Amino acid sequence: MAYIRAFGSYLPSRRVRNEELATLVGAAPEWILSATGIEERRYASAEDTVAGLGLQAAQACLNKAGVAAEELGMILCASGSSERFCPGPASQIAAELGLSATPVLDIPVASCGSLIGLAVAAQLAAHAGRVLVLGAEIMSRCIDLSPEGKDTAILFGDGAGACLVDANTGFARIADFQLHTDGTAAEILKIEQGRNHQNRIHMDGRSVILQACRKIPRVINELFERNGLTAGDPGTYLLHQANQNLIMRVAAALQAPEERFFINLRRCGNTSSASLLIAADEWHRSQNGTPSAPIVFSAFGAGLNWGALLAVPSP
Amino acid sequence: MEQHARILKILQRVSGKQVNPGQNESLFASGLLDSFALTDFVSGLEEEFGVTIPDSDLSARKFDTIVKVDAYLSAKTK
Repeated sequence: MAYIRAFGSYLPSRRVRNEELATLVGAAPEWILSATGIEERRYASAEDTVAGLGLQAAQACLNKAGVAAEELGMILCASGSSERFCPGPASQIAAELGLSATPVLDIPVASCGSLIGLAVAAQLAAHAGRVLVLGAEIMSRCIDLSPEGKDTAILFGDGAGACLVDANTGFARIADFQLHTDGTAAEILKIEQGRNHQNRIHMDGRSVILQACRKIPRVINELFERNGLTAGDPGTYLLHQANQNLIMRVAAALQAPEERFFINLRRCGNTSSASLLIAADEWHRSQNGTPSAPIVFSAFGAGLNWGALLAVPSP
Repeated sequence: MEQHARILKILQRVSGKQVNPGQNESLFASGLLDSFALTDFVSGLEEEFGVTIPDSDLSARKFDTIVKVDAYLSAKTK
């Protein structure tokens, strides 16, 4: 068994509104909002690191759960934008938490990374006890703030999210998950290291939307069929916050009520692997009491990797 | 109705414009299809022509011009 016990998140303080981006990328603020659903996003400072953002989210999550870092059995950290490939941010976060022997694992996967982390944690919880799943990104260093980079520059922001998966207790039990990868389409969405060791995101946005509009509803329906659910049964859908129009397309394809899809894109932008857990933390904080209906998590991104996870309220 | 006319009918429906683009005119650069209209366009082609477009063919460049769409559907339906 594996349970979701707590979430945490961290957003850098600097707000970057569409008006600030508009002059750099040559697009009207109103167009950015209508194309993406994003009004502002956060940017890390020059001194910030991916691990530093992840550490803040980790501490927020542990504080909410009332769990000490020493009680963790494992840490998983997803990031597509970490400054260093190996070792990635997970070991640095563990060190900053005062841990010197707790196993950690980096998941170098962008948008779908934290969903993969939750699925892996669900499997490892029986052995590790408590697994802290993190998604931490400084995507603002991967974009090109010029008219040539408009399609990605308008989307991305920085932040970190966390989820504590516990083998014994939590407000929702992870009941099922399904992950998929299709490397044949890897070229349409990738983060590569360019000159000066700077990560740069490349995205064929039209192809990404084509793929995501099919794959996300399909994998969620896989879980519904396996678990005897329909789209009206979950009380909450928590999706990777990629683009508001995409999330609404998924709702329409599933024939699920739009209001059950939690969306924070307007304030946070697309924070890649961090977005699922930042949204989950904000959603959970907005709840009065414990959830009484199933929760669906889903993400899609570079790889291509995509998947969905079903959590049901604990008795 | 010939294939070209049926493709044009779907394009006009999803773009909301009574257009007749050139055979090799980019449907994206001309502003006729954005990312989400492209999704509707591909779904519309599947319905109109009774074909299933597999995920491996879900690349925007395959649907960029009327000529490409025409050739793709001809290969699918022959």
